[in-house]
Parts: sequence; structure tokens; C-alpha cells
Amino acid sequence: MTISLNLIEVISVQKWTYILVGITFALYIGIAIWSRASSTKDFYVAGGSVSPWANGMATAADWMSAASFISMAGIISFAGYDGAVYLMGWTGGYVLLALLLAPYLRKFGKFTVPDFIGDRYYSNSARIVAVFCALLISFTYVAGQMRGVGIVFSRFLEVDINTGVIIGMLIVLFYAVLGGMKGITYTQVAQYCVLIFAFMVPAIFISIQMTGNPIPQIGFGSELSDGSGTYLLDKLDGLSTELGFAEYTEGSKSLIDVFAITLALMVGTAGLPHVIVRFFTVKRVKDARKSAGIALLLIVILYSTAPAVAVFARTNLIETVSNKAYADVPEWFKKWETTGLITFTDKNNDGLIQYVADKETNELVVDRDIMVLANPEIAKLPNWVIALVAAGGLAAALSTAAGLLLVISASVSHDLIKKVIDPDISEKNELIAARISAVGAVCVAGYFGINPPGFVAAVVALAFGLAAASFFPAIILGVFYKRMNKEGAIAGMLVGIFTMLLYMMKYKLGWFDDVVPNKSEWWFGISPEGFGSIAMLLNFSVSIIIMKFTKAPPKEVQDLVEDIRIPSSAGSAAKH
Amino acid sequence: MKNTDKAKLYWRKNIKYVLILLSIWFLVSYGAGILFKDALNEIKLGGFKLGFWFAQQGSMYIFVILIFVYVRLMNKLDKTYGYDN
Repeated sequence: MTISLNLIEVISVQKWTYILVGITFALYIGIAIWSRASSTKDFYVAGGSVSPWANGMATAADWMSAASFISMAGIISFAGYDGAVYLMGWTGGYVLLALLLAPYLRKFGKFTVPDFIGDRYYSNSARIVAVFCALLISFTYVAGQMRGVGIVFSRFLEVDINTGVIIGMLIVLFYAVLGGMKGITYTQVAQYCVLIFAFMVPAIFISIQMTGNPIPQIGFGSELSDGSGTYLLDKLDGLSTELGFAEYTEGSKSLIDVFAITLALMVGTAGLPHVIVRFFTVKRVKDARKSAGIALLLIVILYSTAPAVAVFARTNLIETVSNKAYADVPEWFKKWETTGLITFTDKNNDGLIQYVADKETNELVVDRDIMVLANPEIAKLPNWVIALVAAGGLAAALSTAAGLLLVISASVSHDLIKKVIDPDISEKNELIAARISAVGAVCVAGYFGINPPGFVAAVVALAFGLAAASFFPAIILGVFYKRMNKEGAIAGMLVGIFTMLLYMMKYKLGWFDDVVPNKSEWWFGISPEGFGSIAMLLNFSVSIIIMKFTKAPPKEVQDLVEDIRIPSSAGSAAKH
Repeated sequence: MKNTDKAKLYWRKNIKYVLILLSIWFLVSYGAGILFKDALNEIKLGGFKLGFWFAQQGSMYIFVILIFVYVRLMNKLDKTYGYDN
């Protein structure tokens, strides 16, 4: 036993990374070969026969991206209380999905979100507007994922970022093109298992180290295990104020902005096409409701751990570096310094690291991604745990990228080619078109991953605002307001998404001024991240006002609305 | 009971459930986690200030419970109205 244990310790982090990443990739490819798509229904909605548990796991993996896995805990650890906007925003949306959208869209029983918009609003113009919104949202989102894949590869396997992006592209290409939604669903089930294991193991280790409690969710509200009798959070609040930062549990964003961002993220989550489309893949309406619950449960396992990791990592970081001699820093510090994710400038030449809130005297800049990536090293965990984080990060990025690519390819082959350009296209040719669009989408995503336009990172978070401003109101009104007509819905979506785009360009990217305008100029004090909630309200108001002055929808559309409200005979996808 | 009346009644019950559950959804997240956070922070739950706990833990747990309550309620409702085949 001791011999094998020693062996395990001897294997280097890099070897472990190769081993674990290799095994997981082989697994994904194996699943892809086993679950090839043979019809368009397989390709778009996995045959409409996925079990609620499998769909819940796939949805959770689809949902949790490189941002959730790598960046979120880090963002929280620097934002303190304010990080709650992401925690509540990215989970609360599932309540809206389960109660307001998923069951009805499943009953409607077609393949895509533009399908619903086009049929419910009896117009190809509405369909095309929806395709435009779906492509805009999915492309901004997927570029960030491919970049995430590249970054994980380059940091852990010491290959160049671009090589990393290309390896990622090839893997996704293989199972998305071959298996479509069917391949993606079952690889996502495997990816969920990998990513949740990779996230939880270090968190549990560190929780035991710091508080003696193996459950991180309880650990970060417990007393420290050093026998001092101090609560961990009180200690972190103290350390933070000592260094001039805001108290960790208080945060610094304004109340209205916290409110607006949380709302925009919740509503945006419920309006993201790659999430919605997952609920087309289950058998019955009741399965759609249930799998939304399972998905959220599985997501919350990670999301409730992230704030604990944030607190552990932040406390560990401050204790390890603050006022310590630069000459004595641990090895991980030097290692991450070479990647540029930690930078230290000894401004006052005292050889000590001053890590303080004041920008003038602060000497240490720490990239937020380190909090998850380097956390196991900071906590001195074994090599295999460090490697596991790499495999988990890749699983998170690949699963989300694949889900988005499917939405993009379905938008082109199904919504544009089949529904608008060539309605007589054969099933076989549509499937070929779907595969070609998937290849095209992977290439475009890879291009953005290798040559990221400066604004990609800034825009990814805003994909939620775009979804909140366009799809959410159109779908809700389509289900809950029988009188809503095409004029109202189209006007609402266009006004919503363009207002959001303009606000983003002006206040986030600064395209209309020489510099990005100051906070004080924000409308109602709401940041671009939170503006999706205003754009959503605007969409609702415009839709309802325009509807009042235009014709009611035809009888058969009103009957369709009646029909989707009743759960029985949900098998209409089969008749498609 | 006519089919359309039955469907209307079913729909009205569904809306009632949705409204009740969404009020709780709003109260725990926007209420306890944001608007009344400062007041709740006066109370402590172990090492957690209560408002902070709702914002970073509690509201997420309640979201999960809300969906499963809805699943149960609707499964029962579907059965009562014969929509569960």
C-alpha cells in the first residue's frame, strides 16, 4: 500500500493531467460513436426520448461553462457579497424555466426556439428575427467557451493557447457533427460527472483543512480549525477591512444594480436558446418539469460550493502573501507568475508583498481565475487533484460549447433552410445540412477562440441581457397571453434586443465616445450587465402597446395556445 | 363538464400555483437576499449573517425545493383532470 501511495505522489502534475484528460477525452469519443444520430429528430432533439435524469445532467453540464467552473468562485472571492448576483441569477432562472416555459415548449413539441416563435406568431418574419437573436446570443457565448478551452490547455498541458483551441475544436467537431443532440446529450452526462467531481474534491479537502468540516457549504460558516474559536467569515471580514477592502459579507455595488443584475441574469437564463432546447428532448410534459428540477439540483451542488471555495481561497491567499517576504513565497506563486496571472511589483522596495485595496500602494495583482485553478496548489493538495481541475475545466467548456454549436447549426439548417428557404428539402439532405452547419459553426467559434476580438470577454456576460431582452418576453406572452399577435411580438423583440445592444456598445464597449462612459451616466444607475432587465420590460411594454392597436391572432393560433397549456398528448414532436 | 371548461379550470389552478411559488421565489432572493439583507444581517446563523446566507446559499436551496413542489402539485393536478396519459 505504501509503495503504491508513494508512486501516486511521485507522478508529476503534468503527467497526471495528461492521464486524466486523455481518459476523459477517450470517454467522450467513445460515447459519440455509440450515440450517432440517424435522423433529424435524433440530431435536433436526441429523438425526443431522453430520460429526465439524463436530461437534467446534460442540462447542468450544458449550463455550467468554463465561466462557472473556472471563473465564478474567483469573481465571488473578489466581490464578496456582490457575487450573490451570479449565484442567485444563474440558478433562479431555472424556477422561471420550470414554471413558465419548459412544460409548454415541450408540449408544443418542435425542435428549436425559432420554431416556436415562428409558429406561435404565424409569420416567417418573426421566425427570422428569432433566428437572428439566437445566432447573436449563441455566437457571443461560444467564442468565450473556445477561448476557455485554449486557456485550460495552455496552462495545464503547456501547449500554446491556439493549439489548445484547435484540439478542443476537433473533439467538439467529432461528437457534435456525428451525434448531434443525441451525441451531445450523452457526452454531457459524462461531462457533468467529471466536472462536479473535479470541483468538489478540492473543495472538500480544503474545507476539512480549514474548518474540520467536510461539507464546504457548512464549513465556510464554521469556526476555524486552528482552535482560535473565530468564525472563518468574521476572520475574512477582519482581514479585508484591515487591508482597506470592503467587508467581505457586505459588498460594494448599489442596491438597485444588484437587483437589476440578478433579474437580468435570471430572466436571461430562462431565455437562452441552448438551455430551452434541452427541454425538447424529453418524452413528456411532466418529464420537462421534473428534469428542470433535477438540472437545478445538480447545478446548485456546484453553485453552493463556489462561495465556500471563494472564502477559503481568499483567506488562504491573504494569509499566504500579505506582508510576506517575496523571497520566501511558495512555489505555486512563482509558477503562476510566469503565466502572468500573478504580478508583483515591489513599489516601496522593502522586499515584502503589500496586498492592499489602495491602488497606489498595492503591489500584487491577482487574476481571479487563479482562485480555482491554483487553489489546490495553494492548499498543498496532491498532484492528482490539481490535474483533476484541468479535466473538469475542459469538461465544463466543451459541454457548453457543444450545446451552443447545436443551436447554431439547427438555426441554420432547420429554421432557415428547412422552414424558409427550401421547405421541400428531404430529411436526408436536412441532416447533411445540419452537419455542415455544425462544421461551419465550429470553425467560426474556433476562429474567435484563436483571434478573440477585444470585446468578446466583455460581451459573453451580456448574452444574458440579449436573451432577456428578446426571447423571454416573446415566449412568456406567447404562452400566457392568447391575444398577443405577431406585430406586438416582432416589435417587442426588435426594440428589446437593439436597445440592449446600443446600451452595451455605449456603456460597456465605449464605441460612441472616446472612453467608456462613467458609472454616473448609467440610466437609473444600472450597469450594462443589469440593463437586460430594463430592456426586457421595454420589450413587454412595446409588445402589449402594439398589440392593442393591431389585429388579434387567427383562430388556429389561439387554439394552438389552448393546446400547449394542456399537458396530455405531448408526443407531437413524433408527428413532425 | 365540457372539455373547454375543464381546460380553463385546470389552467386557472396552474396559474394559482405558479403565482404562489413565484412569490416565494421573489421573497427569498430579492427580498431576503437583497432588499432586507441589512436587517437580516443582524441575525446570525452559526458564522453566517442571515442576509448574506440567503443571498449566497439559502435562496438557491429554496429554488430547488420550489421546482420539486411544483412538479408534485402539477402531477397531482394532471391526474385529477385526466391529463396525465
